[in-house]
Amino acid sequence: MKSVASKKLASKKVVKKALAVVSITSATLLIASCGGGDKAVGIEPQVHTDALFAVMKADRTNYTKLIIQRLGPKGAGAITPKEEWKDLENGAPLPAQMFRAGAEAVRDLNDTFTYSLQSLWPINKQNAPKSPMEKEGLTFIKDNPGENFYGTEELGGVNYYTAVYPDVAVAAPCVDCHNEHKDTPKTDFKLGDVMGGVVIRVPL
Amino acid sequence: MKRFFWGVWLLLTIGIAAYYGYMMLYGEDKTPLLIGETTYGHYQIEMSCSTCHTDAFGGPEVLQNACTQCHAEELELANDSHPKSKFTDPRNADLLEIIDARYCVSCHTEHHKDKTLEMGLTLPKDYCFHCHQEIIEERESHKDLAFDSCASAGCHNYHDNRALYEGFLVRHADEPIFKAIALIPERTGEKRYIEKQAKKKIEVKPLALADANFSSFSGELPKDVVHEWMASAHGKNSIQCIDCHADSKSADAEWIVKPDHNQCRSCHQPQVKGFLEGKHGMRLADTVADPLTAITPAESELEFKHESLGIAHSCVACHSSHEFDTKTAAVESCLGCHNDEHSLAYLESPHFSLWEKEQQGELPKNSGVSCATCHMPREKMDKAGTKVIVNHNQNATLRPNEKMIRPVCMSCHGLAFAIDALADEELIKNNFKGKPSIHIKSIDMAIEREKK
Repeated sequence: MKSVASKKLASKKVVKKALAVVSITSATLLIASCGGGDKAVGIEPQVHTDALFAVMKADRTNYTKLIIQRLGPKGAGAITPKEEWKDLENGAPLPAQMFRAGAEAVRDLNDTFTYSLQSLWPINKQNAPKSPMEKEGLTFIKDNPGENFYGTEELGGVNYYTAVYPDVAVAAPCVDCHNEHKDTPKTDFKLGDVMGGVVIRVPL
Repeated sequence: MKRFFWGVWLLLTIGIAAYYGYMMLYGEDKTPLLIGETTYGHYQIEMSCSTCHTDAFGGPEVLQNACTQCHAEELELANDSHPKSKFTDPRNADLLEIIDARYCVSCHTEHHKDKTLEMGLTLPKDYCFHCHQEIIEERESHKDLAFDSCASAGCHNYHDNRALYEGFLVRHADEPIFKAIALIPERTGEKRYIEKQAKKKIEVKPLALADANFSSFSGELPKDVVHEWMASAHGKNSIQCIDCHADSKSADAEWIVKPDHNQCRSCHQPQVKGFLEGKHGMRLADTVADPLTAITPAESELEFKHESLGIAHSCVACHSSHEFDTKTAAVESCLGCHNDEHSLAYLESPHFSLWEKEQQGELPKNSGVSCATCHMPREKMDKAGTKVIVNHNQNATLRPNEKMIRPVCMSCHGLAFAIDALADEELIKNNFKGKPSIHIKSIDMAIEREKK
């Protein structure tokens, strides 16, 4: 039978041991995390797609203003931006075609995201919204100018984070060409209108 | 008793496995391993399984690489309307579950000859509707057209629409049946060679027997060979015997008694490349994994002249060696083997009479139409025509025949006439003697939409 005094001493020893272990462990952790520095953390999907869209928009706007407007029929007349540009002398892709070419090329380079240009009033009906989320997104950006649409959907057994950004008519050629095209379902686009949407998908 | 039967079974199993295993890995004749007849497109290389089946395991990508290693370039040149990149967006996932258009074999499956349609298609012909259901609402003009009539003559093609897209139809809508200037491009090979040699300060002149360099040849020189060579474009342009009959100019280089396309390739790369891509030379192509012998008419299901059945194809089969007469190669060589309705009808055709008149000097140069004019067309490599190459891939303009419109027919004819003529099967059989009896409405439809 152990005495009360020796029991108290024993429990004190246990507490001391526990304290020692805890303090050594926390000290180690502190030192380790101090030395570790910046550890990379994941990016929020929304931040990711917003960033991608910023690049796409900037590149296409620049292409329209710096190349098409400057060298095209309204400028130097050195290039012919037309739908069938590959078959024309000095033919150049239209901004929407340049955008789509980028989307196709990206799929060969990188499989962490895909993007496409779609519209509720497409010239080529294959660019009409297909999935329910695309329809919802395009309708949302039409009804809520200035806002983006974000959601998640499942396609072909894979979950995607889907972002839909408004594609706004930034230059007169955008509305003129679309209004006059023989296949357009809408002939009263105006500058500043939402003509369609850029749909960016990130597999989750 | 049981042991006996077990023993027999074991022996049989090992025997059969060994037989097929040996055949698969080392066998020369793999015919029993073929799971079904190969299509007309590939039957020539069916004995070289590993040309397409590069890996036993690897999934659809392995076969896709096999297709693209031979066919990718042509599709790129054709500005393929349905490249793989059109389908890789995940928004198409549900459509791809039925027809996976990212892979060639989804629509062109080999070894199922019994269900293979034209162009190697192994799908029902109304496949277009699977993705293009909007046409019903979008095109009033297509209301009464059958669902399997999309990819028909003069209308649409899945891959190559260079002569069929709307903008092209509209631009060339008003062309007459015969163009005012109806000439094929002038060949430029000889001229460019002389210019190239001049830049290197090398003299190019007609050679005589005294100039001939056949240093590594031993034996008696056949006299007619020398005369043929002297009269040929080679002899007239300082091309020596050893330039073809040896792989180097040194005196101890081995003499090649029968040079083949590899020797011709040292100067005529584009022509040999085309030859190896077409039906004449595909057995000899570098992309074929096993060494195969050149095709002979006997092995083909087309009709050939009896005396030609055993002739192996090669450069010299058409361009007889030492003479290398391109005029002979353009008509006589073809008709020396080909014996089908279209070939036999050529000699009665208006195209042939133009060719005859050109040879006799009654018509300007390049106004005649030989077999080669259509089936191995002269292609301008630049707009000015300073570089013209004869495309030796006889398949390049053959199927679908709309591929012939731009490089060939439109040299002399308007687009509307060319489309109608190529859609008229009877007219093709009698080698274009007469006017087309069919009218394809493509141009009319395009103009109609343009007016709106």
